[in-house]
Amino acid sequence: MAHTRTSALLKAVKKGKGGIHAPYHKITAELETVRMPAPEFVTLPMLQHIGAPCTPTVKKGDYVAVGQVVGDSDKFLSVPIHASVSGVVESVQDVKLANGTMAPAVVIRSDGEMKLFEGIEPPVVNNKEDLVKAIRASGLVGLGGAGFPSFVKLTVKDDKPIDTLVVNAAECEPYITVDYRECIENSWNIYSGVKALQELLQLQRVIIAVEDNKPEAIKVLKSIADKDDSVFVMGLKSRYPQGAEKMMVLSATGRVVPEGKLPADVGVIVMNVASVAFTARYLKLGKPLVSRSVTVSGDCIKNPMNVRVPIGTSLRDIVEFCGGFTEEPAKLICGGPMMGTAITSLDVPLLKSNNAVLALSAKNAGLKKETACIRCGRCHAACPMNLVPTNIEKYALKGDAETLAAMGTMVCMECGSCAYSCPAGKPLVQYMRLAKSIVKEAAKK
Amino acid sequence: MEDKKTLYTVSASPHAKNPSSAAGVMLDVIIALLPAGVMGTIVFGLKALAVIGVCVASAVAFEFLYTKLMKKSVTVGDLSAVVTGLLLAYNLPVDIPLWMCLIGSFVAIVVVKQFFGGLGQNFANPAITARIVLLVSFAGSMTKFADPKLPDAVTGATPLAVLGGAEGELPTLLQMLFGVKGGCIGEVSGAALLLGALYLLARRVISWRIPVAFIGSAAIFMLIYSKGDFEYTAYELLAGGLLLGALFMATDYTTSPINKTGKLVFGIGCGVLTCVIRLYGSLPEGVSYSILLMNILTPLIEKATMPKYFGKLKKKKTKEGKAA
Repeated sequence: MAHTRTSALLKAVKKGKGGIHAPYHKITAELETVRMPAPEFVTLPMLQHIGAPCTPTVKKGDYVAVGQVVGDSDKFLSVPIHASVSGVVESVQDVKLANGTMAPAVVIRSDGEMKLFEGIEPPVVNNKEDLVKAIRASGLVGLGGAGFPSFVKLTVKDDKPIDTLVVNAAECEPYITVDYRECIENSWNIYSGVKALQELLQLQRVIIAVEDNKPEAIKVLKSIADKDDSVFVMGLKSRYPQGAEKMMVLSATGRVVPEGKLPADVGVIVMNVASVAFTARYLKLGKPLVSRSVTVSGDCIKNPMNVRVPIGTSLRDIVEFCGGFTEEPAKLICGGPMMGTAITSLDVPLLKSNNAVLALSAKNAGLKKETACIRCGRCHAACPMNLVPTNIEKYALKGDAETLAAMGTMVCMECGSCAYSCPAGKPLVQYMRLAKSIVKEAAKK
Repeated sequence: MEDKKTLYTVSASPHAKNPSSAAGVMLDVIIALLPAGVMGTIVFGLKALAVIGVCVASAVAFEFLYTKLMKKSVTVGDLSAVVTGLLLAYNLPVDIPLWMCLIGSFVAIVVVKQFFGGLGQNFANPAITARIVLLVSFAGSMTKFADPKLPDAVTGATPLAVLGGAEGELPTLLQMLFGVKGGCIGEVSGAALLLGALYLLARRVISWRIPVAFIGSAAIFMLIYSKGDFEYTAYELLAGGLLLGALFMATDYTTSPINKTGKLVFGIGCGVLTCVIRLYGSLPEGVSYSILLMNILTPLIEKATMPKYFGKLKKKKTKEGKAA
């Protein structure tokens, strides 16, 4: 029985609680992605994903080409790292990452030719096992920011059937526009990625979810989805953190992901839109994840733009490519303003999961003086997980692990809505992290 | 772009904050309290303004002196002392000797607020506690209510006293609403208080839960008590400090529950206790006592009504197994 529908456009099934409405600052939205030429050096840390680090498979002096594996691991939760430029391995050394940790890295001096590795060919993918293998080999991690190895998400277990793929194009973080550009510039890639995943994983339906402050993206995607009965576009209310995985599953399907569980436990796979588009390109060409788009923005950047950059390029090279600073920024952020990391120096490499580099002046950097908590409850009202951050802070300072666990501390995803809303300027996310570490410590005992 | 060893600010995310501040919240409360003060001054004359002035100035002065003396950072800029001073004045009769106002401010700011750790740490509402201290210390001055200085005003006993059985004449309901009646400075005009509360609701400074639960439960209680007499119920709601208490005192952040269910429980507790004291107690008014009592219960209410967080699993039966 053929079913017909009037429109591919869906409305959110359920509305999440809380969240905030921060200024969008999406100043780079209408700027087409610019490809950055190969930098002189790239630094490829062996840990660019959540999971086990890779071991370098090349040594100093080796010649490598674009797409060649330079690091891999035999651990399950890991993906290989590929050379992002062609050239000679300058060194294998420990480097500091944006989050402050140290990791071994392969440094490549580019020969400027961007020569593609000869062994690259499209993967042969006939079933879901092949797909999982291919996606692991591609080095793909969630491009939305979390950096979780994508092949793990696509590993569908028989006892946990999946019926829905949600393609996350919410992009609810202020400033960042790379996913929006992906929708506008590569909509057909997104669609073919969707179809490939749908076919291989036998998914009933696919929902591409976009926040409704991006009508252009919705229009483009809808015009494609209109021709397909099982692909839908969903306009979601623009409200941070709409793009958070659990919020996304709730809005798109009405299902609640229980604490400590994954979307797969409720029959859903959530994938970032750029990851889906990459999947399509990889299945067609076989070129692994060696570059990504990144939004360079903020009021201290001379020419804010969306740039396609080889992985491992130093943030300094990227900012210089965008004209450098107009004034000395107060804060440098790797990632978005809500969940990104403040960094001390631009001399860190761009990782697979980094979607933005921001340089903000003092007035835009969220530097609020901390005052006493007045118990106004705005942190609780803003919390999408319905936690009471100010009370969690209190119990964290007491070190009361049992009460903290009962209060649901561990479901906090550190979205920052509480701290954003706090009139007293309290660093609530920091307290939430402290609380989580207390609960984790206690669980170990 | 030369690296001049610039030091960038590093802090935990988020790197964006909305422009709200504690002082901004307090300013909203002050704005919302203005209409009631203006009405109080119109009804009772300039003497009301003097009481308000003394209460506010002394509250701020005590806060300043205490923080200075204790070598803590001076926090009068957060305007919370102004709010406390205003609320205290609104809870006093206009003819109160001004030196009693000073005692009230001292109790509110130094004893109730600062001794317990300052802003956000006190377990009881400073203005209410100060009012109660004054009430038990100077019962005479605290219950001698001046007559409204307006033409056509009903003079003599306050409406609440009349409702309680005292000799006297009741004003009309309209007079009750607009403040042509005896009572404390800030509580005379229900209309002015409601106007202020609407402002706070619109600015999202307070939620509807505590006021609605407070007033609603009191209304239901009174309706049942009077066997469905709406006029009597309306008088009860507009008399005394019920509206001032429900809209501005019970909604105090520090001394009321944060979560939604807790707010409802708190409001219902206030409403029921107020009625019980008014109808069955020896006191004519019960708003202050009921709020104070519920203040003390706030931590327990919060514990009992902990909100269900997203994706919370149903309790497993492992606990029973352990106990066995």
